[in-house]
Amino acid sequence: MTLDRRSFLKTIGTTAALTAVGTTASAREQVKAPADAVGMLYDSTLCVGCRACMSACRTANGLEPLKEEGGIYDAPIDTNSHTKTIIKLLDDNGSNAWIKNQCMHCVDPACVSVCMIGALKKDTHGIVTYDKDRCVGCRYCQVACPFNVPKFEWDSATPLIVKCEMCNHLVADGKQPACCDICPRKAVIFGDYNELLAEANRRIESEPDRYNPELFGDAEGGGTQVLYLAPKNISHQDLGLPDLDDRSIPELSETIQHGIYKGFVAPVALYAALGAVMIRNRRQGGER
Amino acid sequence: MNEIAQAVGGKILGSKTSKLLWLALIGFTFMAWRFVFGIGPVTGLNDGYPWGIWIAWDVVVGTALACGGYAVAILCYIMNKGKYHPLVRSAIVTSALGYSMAGLSIVVDVGRYWNLWKVVVFPGKWNFNSALLEVALCVMAYVIVLWIELSPAFLEKWKVGSPSALQKFAAKASPVMDKLLLPIIVLGLVLPTMHQSSLGSVMIVAMQKLSPIWHSPLLPLLFLISCIGMGFAIVVFESTLSCTLLKRPQETHLLAGLGKAAIAIMTIWLALRFADLIWRDQLATAFNSGWLTFFWLLEIVTIILGILLLLKDRTNPATLLRAAMLLLFGGALYRFNTYLIGFNPGEGWHYFPSVPEFFITVGIVSLEILLYIIIIRRLPILVGVHKHRRL
Repeated sequence: MTLDRRSFLKTIGTTAALTAVGTTASAREQVKAPADAVGMLYDSTLCVGCRACMSACRTANGLEPLKEEGGIYDAPIDTNSHTKTIIKLLDDNGSNAWIKNQCMHCVDPACVSVCMIGALKKDTHGIVTYDKDRCVGCRYCQVACPFNVPKFEWDSATPLIVKCEMCNHLVADGKQPACCDICPRKAVIFGDYNELLAEANRRIESEPDRYNPELFGDAEGGGTQVLYLAPKNISHQDLGLPDLDDRSIPELSETIQHGIYKGFVAPVALYAALGAVMIRNRRQGGER
Repeated sequence: MNEIAQAVGGKILGSKTSKLLWLALIGFTFMAWRFVFGIGPVTGLNDGYPWGIWIAWDVVVGTALACGGYAVAILCYIMNKGKYHPLVRSAIVTSALGYSMAGLSIVVDVGRYWNLWKVVVFPGKWNFNSALLEVALCVMAYVIVLWIELSPAFLEKWKVGSPSALQKFAAKASPVMDKLLLPIIVLGLVLPTMHQSSLGSVMIVAMQKLSPIWHSPLLPLLFLISCIGMGFAIVVFESTLSCTLLKRPQETHLLAGLGKAAIAIMTIWLALRFADLIWRDQLATAFNSGWLTFFWLLEIVTIILGILLLLKDRTNPATLLRAAMLLLFGGALYRFNTYLIGFNPGEGWHYFPSVPEFFITVGIVSLEILLYIIIIRRLPILVGVHKHRRL
């Protein structure tokens, strides 16, 4: 007996078609920042790199300073499981500029989209928060985040994901995040997201010789609730921010996943179809 | 040809199998280290490369190599090719073991494993946007389904020469199982269709971190198709090896049919792979990306060679074995590339597995092979004498 090519291809084709539904489904609606959205605006032209924000962040979040053997006291090179925010210097042929890194609190965050049982969530202000009791430590958030923000406690037997939660414990008390509160130059400020957007655009318009005309965060990656102003002639990519288009990071994956699993119809239909074929086969008896 | 499944017999632990036991013990020692001191000291993993060989190899490649049960079940039950029945049981054994070991790897890999039960128990908290949730739930369910599918082998063994209570249980359970098996087998077809495609979907969200050579909206479809091709190849591989090592007659006439199926599947896969690259305008990228091009070519060329070899000759067991190995290598590399080689979190991040990390993987694979040997020695899995039976 030879393998019947037609029936073979038919079987594969059916399953393939069910999967392909996802790629043809229409993209899901764009997610917007919540009405009460808060945010931060970092102005690289105002920052002098004093790192007071890093120190205040440690105090406010109970993070131990880093004491690496042989290294300089508390001089991390990137955010890590002890460091939720960091100031870096771009030193490129004399054109220097500071950049502050912490969670971007994306309007439509990839980490939240991929988190299996919702350890990472956006609260009513749009702050991306972490609930350790729902975290299994799978680190899919780290894979998904285009900014490499979530950090993992690699040296712990009971590890946590560590990331900036915009001092949501302080925000809940009507205060502002520690980094914004301490900044002596007001290089990073906290406030209503829409007001910050307006303020950032106002600065760009009023001082076109000072600022890069591009504001980072109003649309990049679907928008981020932390906004960045860069000095004129220095791009956000020079400052280490990724080059993202306006589409949110999880848009494509969610469109495909929901396309395939819409209403759970496809799996049920597949089960019914395969079951029917099997029963028919059993009645007819297999070819020997 | 004799068609009844029989236990192979022999000592549970011979000189060769005890070597496997040693490798497994070394791996489990390192595993204990990981549970006491955390993942960092044991692995080369870091915040840029949070997933390493435990995920890319043990889980993503491992479950594809365990798709023999899925592929043969499609052939036997859906396409109604009853003649492949003698291959079903051993394919289910490799699948059950492969998926169980993947499950073990997940427990080793996730940082907060004690929270894993919550994923199962709290449907209200399920985040349906997460492809990984779909994978996790389906894989857990499929492990159970596979062991149920294998249960008739246990029942057959218990029916004879075991304590009377067990004998009675087996006699009572057997007819119940016979009735239950049909819906279970269908589930055993639906679940891998779901999670093998979702394993591809998992990497879609990596967007610009994953090289466009591998990042595609077609990832779920490409993963699904390739796992079926790999499923046929692994059955050819496993059958040829076990026949050679156990000096049973080769099942070449059956394997030739699987080879033919693999040709069809992998040709479709290749066509889609290229159509996708062309459609996304990334074919040029595939050819001029340095090391990535090397790994891409290796993946494509081994699969093409495997197909060509199968087209040329399906009557020679050695050729079949070689072709199967090429397809397995290419399919595994496709997955490895998608999860690791093609993944680039940005400047300054590097990953290479550490020695303990590697030995944990070796330990898990050794345990899997060891369990396979023990199972075929003690349970009626491989086809021995007399007439044909259904699973």
